[in-house]
Amino acid sequence: MNLSPKLAAKTRSFLSANSRILLWIPTLLFLLSFFFFPLFKILTLTFNLETFTNLSNFLIARDSLLFTFYQAALSTLLTFALGLPSAVLFSKFNFPGKSLLRALTAVPFMLPTVVVAAAFNSLFSYKVTGSMLQVFNLQPSTFDLQPSTFDLQLPTFHLRPSTFNFLLILAAHTFYNTSIVIRIVGNAISRLDPKLEASARVLGADTFHVWKDVILPILRPSLLAAALLVFMFDFTSFGVILLLGGSQFATLEVEIYIRALQLPNLNLAALLSVIQLIFTLMFSILYSRAINQVSTQTAPRFSTVRPPKTIRERIFVFTLYTLLITFFALPLISLPICSLTRLEADRGQRAEVQYGFTTDYYEELFINRRGSLFYVPPVQAAVNSLGFAGITVILSLALGYPAAYALAKPTRLEKFLDPFLMLPLGASAVMMGLGFVLSFGRLIASPFFIPIAHTLIALPFVIRTLQPALASIPERLRQAASTLGASPLRVWQTVDFPILSRATLSAATFAFTVSLGEFGATLLITRPETPTIPIAISRFLSQPGGLNYGQAVAMATVLMLLTTLSILLIEKLRFNNAGEL
Amino acid sequence: MLELCNVVKSYEGKPLLRDISFTVAEGETICLLGASGSGKSTILRMIAGLDFPERGAILLNNLDLAATPPHLRDFGLVFQDYGLFPHLNVFDNIAFGLRMRRERSLTSLNALENAFCARRVHEMMELINLSGFDSRRVTDLSGGEQQRVALARALAPNPRLLMFDEPLGALDRSLKEDLLNEIRSILQQTKIPAIYVTHDQEEAFTIADRILVLHDGIIIRDGVPSEIWKDPQSAFVAKLLGIGNVIEGEIIAADKVKTAFGTFNLGCSKRIGEKLHLLMQQPPSHAGRVPDRVERRGGEVMAQIQLTVEDVLFKQDQFQVKARGGLVIHMKDAPRIGDVITVQVQVKCLS
Repeated sequence: MNLSPKLAAKTRSFLSANSRILLWIPTLLFLLSFFFFPLFKILTLTFNLETFTNLSNFLIARDSLLFTFYQAALSTLLTFALGLPSAVLFSKFNFPGKSLLRALTAVPFMLPTVVVAAAFNSLFSYKVTGSMLQVFNLQPSTFDLQPSTFDLQLPTFHLRPSTFNFLLILAAHTFYNTSIVIRIVGNAISRLDPKLEASARVLGADTFHVWKDVILPILRPSLLAAALLVFMFDFTSFGVILLLGGSQFATLEVEIYIRALQLPNLNLAALLSVIQLIFTLMFSILYSRAINQVSTQTAPRFSTVRPPKTIRERIFVFTLYTLLITFFALPLISLPICSLTRLEADRGQRAEVQYGFTTDYYEELFINRRGSLFYVPPVQAAVNSLGFAGITVILSLALGYPAAYALAKPTRLEKFLDPFLMLPLGASAVMMGLGFVLSFGRLIASPFFIPIAHTLIALPFVIRTLQPALASIPERLRQAASTLGASPLRVWQTVDFPILSRATLSAATFAFTVSLGEFGATLLITRPETPTIPIAISRFLSQPGGLNYGQAVAMATVLMLLTTLSILLIEKLRFNNAGEL
Repeated sequence: MLELCNVVKSYEGKPLLRDISFTVAEGETICLLGASGSGKSTILRMIAGLDFPERGAILLNNLDLAATPPHLRDFGLVFQDYGLFPHLNVFDNIAFGLRMRRERSLTSLNALENAFCARRVHEMMELINLSGFDSRRVTDLSGGEQQRVALARALAPNPRLLMFDEPLGALDRSLKEDLLNEIRSILQQTKIPAIYVTHDQEEAFTIADRILVLHDGIIIRDGVPSEIWKDPQSAFVAKLLGIGNVIEGEIIAADKVKTAFGTFNLGCSKRIGEKLHLLMQQPPSHAGRVPDRVERRGGEVMAQIQLTVEDVLFKQDQFQVKARGGLVIHMKDAPRIGDVITVQVQVKCLS
């Protein structure tokens, strides 16, 4: 009688200690075989004689590294040029349509790269600029048009195409990352105590010194954190650069892709991957340091938000408002417009161009016009994508849950393991793709590798979403419920489930949207017969002809709507659940 | 020295300050008392140049300050929640004003200047009893220490006027008293004129040479503390400063005021039938004693009233007695609850 409860307790604690280790096994095995093994493969390929004896490898590596830094620095500069005033706008002023504008600036951050690339591309196609001009009656419907300069190139800008494409890349990066600056720096600005400025002024500081000696030093950690994060995203940008610029813009990522598939030199590709990894790890360490400093300033928020008063303030708000609306809405609107606009030209030197509404491109998505064996109708790509996304959701939840559960109350060993789970965040998608190619060779023909790659990318997000929710469930709540007479099942139903369902849902959407939009890794490991939506879009974009272009834009529109809808849906569900709690 | 002339200011379309005029003399500490939201802080902000009056003028030594930006006014301002620069240590916080003035006057950052600045900062740190705190982070200091640093920071450049915006509001009671006495002695030593804003009457009576009571956008009472204590004049001032009991009465005949505590022979300048407020105080020398005579002077009368004891609270050297009708008196000996006691009181008319 006395012994059995003790024994039972012992067995239980033994089981729980063991089952904790069991929790880790699937996740660790997965990471070992699909992340660390490929990483090891890349490293062995990098550090061998062949890589180091070839001088041209180093020249290419140097050039692409320099160019990567150059474009990332320029992009970051542009992002800050737009982001800093916007951060001030959102944290200091109230104006009609503010929350809508904030949402608008945040949308691009979640959009797949192919969508953004296609959107910026469509913005400067004849169809959109032409039809917009026509709508506003700015120009007659007749253009002097050379058949060879169809779409894609811009007649009004007298820039070399490469310069123009480069500017387009910078614009797309700015489009992507401005919301980071708005969020991080804007938060810091709204946490600034207005009394600090008042104190400084009374103590004898003019406007210049108020900024130099008080405001900027206090904002420094958040400025640094935002700059590092933006720079890191620009540094590892792949889809935007490849699709808007092509292989002439050889950043590290593009060069890895080229050396892996187009001009195979796997040693070089591996070397570039290692360089890339070292830099991204460095940036992420610096970033986490900076962001730690930001979060230690736990000053309360000061509600100094007010409508603009002076004429100067009004001009500032109005100008920036217009600029932001234009910059963020135009690409998003131009994509659907472009997908629904027909452009017809007579065959002749001087063409009479007609614009019209059409659904051709969408109808075309369902047809295998060429009847070729390897050609897959776009609708099949959508089916593939949804299937992969579904598997990714299941796989990342199945692997993420045990790990998040263990990390909710981590032991010392588990705390040590935590950064390893996050390591895939530091590796670029293209590098993961390369690792897969190197490690699994022919096996890669199995379409199952695509959701595995997507899971690798989504897993850190999933764990980071689930873990705080699991940790947030206070043991006292469970105890309170059980003292009130709830059975263990009822406890789980009434306490755990409502909190977890929200987190699970948002983790699932993360995984879903990541998989739906993933481009880099998929591009390297995909087989011609199983394309995803982003791959299909990139194929259509790279082929000549109005019909291909139209289909690319149509698919990008669908993908954009799908991504936006799933995010809106989740926000909505989360809101309703929050009401229940 | 400082003079406010008919200053008007509204807040979100509603008049906040309707007509404010007062002066601060050389070396004088005035205390601005008022309920929260009465516009006390706004007055300070306008004097500091952080806000602007809609009408009226603020003069310093007869010169209009309107065109002088805050950083050239040479004033000091101490906030309730300190407003210390979180990115600077104690030394750099205190040195901030000195540095700004030096950079402005373009006397370059030479060694002599630096030494002078450091000496001044250390002087200030000694004054506020925080010597040796030079490189401490201000965010690691306690509330009282932070407020001391804020005080030293405002004092360091030797300002022409010091302003305090409820400086002790965030501190606990014992700390409050200590710091209040320190501020008082520092103000006396330095002879810097000061405006001290508070809603706490105890602080006001401790620190002020003169008290101004702000109500409804105007200054309704302006005088030295003892004067105001003796004659608050209005029911609002009496209630705000916690002076005696304010009771309601009605004039029923010439020189006769009827209240819930009896009818008094008082000559208040009101007509028959009008309602008014009366101030009922215990004469200091007669606290709790049975009176032997009844005297009468103008708008003021001594009287005996009978009270039923409802509650008795022990307060150090005396007992606070709460009586039926809401009166509060103090007695040397504790009566029992339910007792009927006779008390000598002084009754005054209030406007």
